[in-house]
Amino acid sequence: MQFSAQEIIETIRMVQMENLDIRTITMGISLRDCAHSDLSVVAARVYDKICRLASRLVPVGDEIERDYGIPIINKRISVTPIALVAESTGAGGYVAVAEAMDRAAREVGVNFIGGFSALVHKGTTTGDRALLASIPEALAVTERVCASVNVGTTRAGINMDAVARLGDIVCDTAARTADRHGIGCAKLVVFCNAVDDNPFMAGAFHGIGEPECVVNVGVSGPGVVCMAVKKEPDADFGALASIIKRTAFKVTRMGELVGRAASEKLAVPFGIVDLSLAPTPAQGDSVARILEAMGLERVGTHGSTAALALLNDAVKKGGAMASSYVGGLSGAFIPVSEDEGMIEAAQMGAISIDKLEAMTCVCSVGLDMIAVPGDTPPATIAAIIADEAAIGMINAKTTAVRIIPAPGRTVGEVVEFGGLLGTAPVMAVHRWSSAGFIARGGRIPAPLQGLGN
Amino acid sequence: MPSGTNRIIVTVIGRDQVGIIAAVSSVLAEAQANIVDISQTTLQEFFAMIMMADLEHASLPFAEIKQRLNDKGEAMGLRIDAQHEAVFNYMHRV
Repeated sequence: MQFSAQEIIETIRMVQMENLDIRTITMGISLRDCAHSDLSVVAARVYDKICRLASRLVPVGDEIERDYGIPIINKRISVTPIALVAESTGAGGYVAVAEAMDRAAREVGVNFIGGFSALVHKGTTTGDRALLASIPEALAVTERVCASVNVGTTRAGINMDAVARLGDIVCDTAARTADRHGIGCAKLVVFCNAVDDNPFMAGAFHGIGEPECVVNVGVSGPGVVCMAVKKEPDADFGALASIIKRTAFKVTRMGELVGRAASEKLAVPFGIVDLSLAPTPAQGDSVARILEAMGLERVGTHGSTAALALLNDAVKKGGAMASSYVGGLSGAFIPVSEDEGMIEAAQMGAISIDKLEAMTCVCSVGLDMIAVPGDTPPATIAAIIADEAAIGMINAKTTAVRIIPAPGRTVGEVVEFGGLLGTAPVMAVHRWSSAGFIARGGRIPAPLQGLGN
Repeated sequence: MPSGTNRIIVTVIGRDQVGIIAAVSSVLAEAQANIVDISQTTLQEFFAMIMMADLEHASLPFAEIKQRLNDKGEAMGLRIDAQHEAVFNYMHRV
């Protein structure tokens, strides 16, 4: 036979026992041609275009899943940042567009649609301000719409006015969805160095340099990497990196296959494979457990940053060779509520926000799905965003904050979001104020790293 | 399909018993699918049989064949699955 029995069994084992799956097929759709001076016309055009282009996304995803026997967990859509699409309406808010996106997502059967977004790293336009003003309501009245805001880049520096504003927006969003533990905040990502072709929610949007329509794929497979690491408890770091590279290569090949098949069946160009290790709350699908398998008693202890650096780099090296087009965020994700090992470590106090922040220096993406006390002041949220954006700006990498000030909850309590969003133990923030710093306003200048020409 | 061929890999995993090969072969024969290769091994304590079949001249669509194999497996207390060959090509061959 063309393949050895061992090779075939290895593939079957990865899928059936180690949770190898394709995390998402995300269709990027340009909505630039939906602009109009009347907001209701924009909303109607947005709805029509999404339904038209994405009508076959879910059936095709299901077909590929069946043909190849690889589970495809999510089918999703990303669109042009709505601040650009709706700007010429002159309206003060774009909730109607968010509602149209939500209806379209429901119509075509995707669980999330990203792109209720604004890019404000150097300043805000009229459209950006209208979008920012609409975020809390839009996330409260819709179910599937995800919002994101880019507040900094290595080239532009950090827009601290926007950072301050987002401290308020995050708190307002939590308050408006207080009956559901502030779930609106789980659909809001604040970025530095956001990427145009990220297939992962909640931060996906269809960047302005992207084509009319494109298919991007996000792979997963923390369980496969974890089992491979566990099998070699005595391997030194060189050997360990090698094992992870080989595993990442195989996982990424599945992403490449699925991306190409989806592109062919949908007659839409293939964009990129995102090499991220994306955990879920399911047993055996945890990034934290990989770090523990490397020899740490609990994720969050000393050595976690080094372990994550090795993991992140080895995943990229293995994956980069497996796909012709690598993009998106491509790195290990360390969301707290979406990773069974992280949840446990947070509950027992093994990991803190400060350690998570340090870990985000060496992986994608940032402080992700972290619940903090409901009475955390907006200036503190803004300062957390500023710290994370500074890490991204200086290191020329993407960083993000997705933080939930859980209404009425305090440290030690737990917030249940359910499904892929998981369970978030409320983590402590520093109690000393950052308000004076955040109130300064203006822009943090671009660092020397941005002057690369 | 990206691989250009129309071959599938059928895997049977479970406790060894009389008639496994006959059962799988009969489903494939009914569908006019040609068995190209066959091998067997063990996966931990379980029996694993692997078959490659060509669907070039098959009378039934892949989805239907896969469903019939799944059903047959269920009736025999085995896990019978079928995947397009491209999966293995992509993962194990550069």
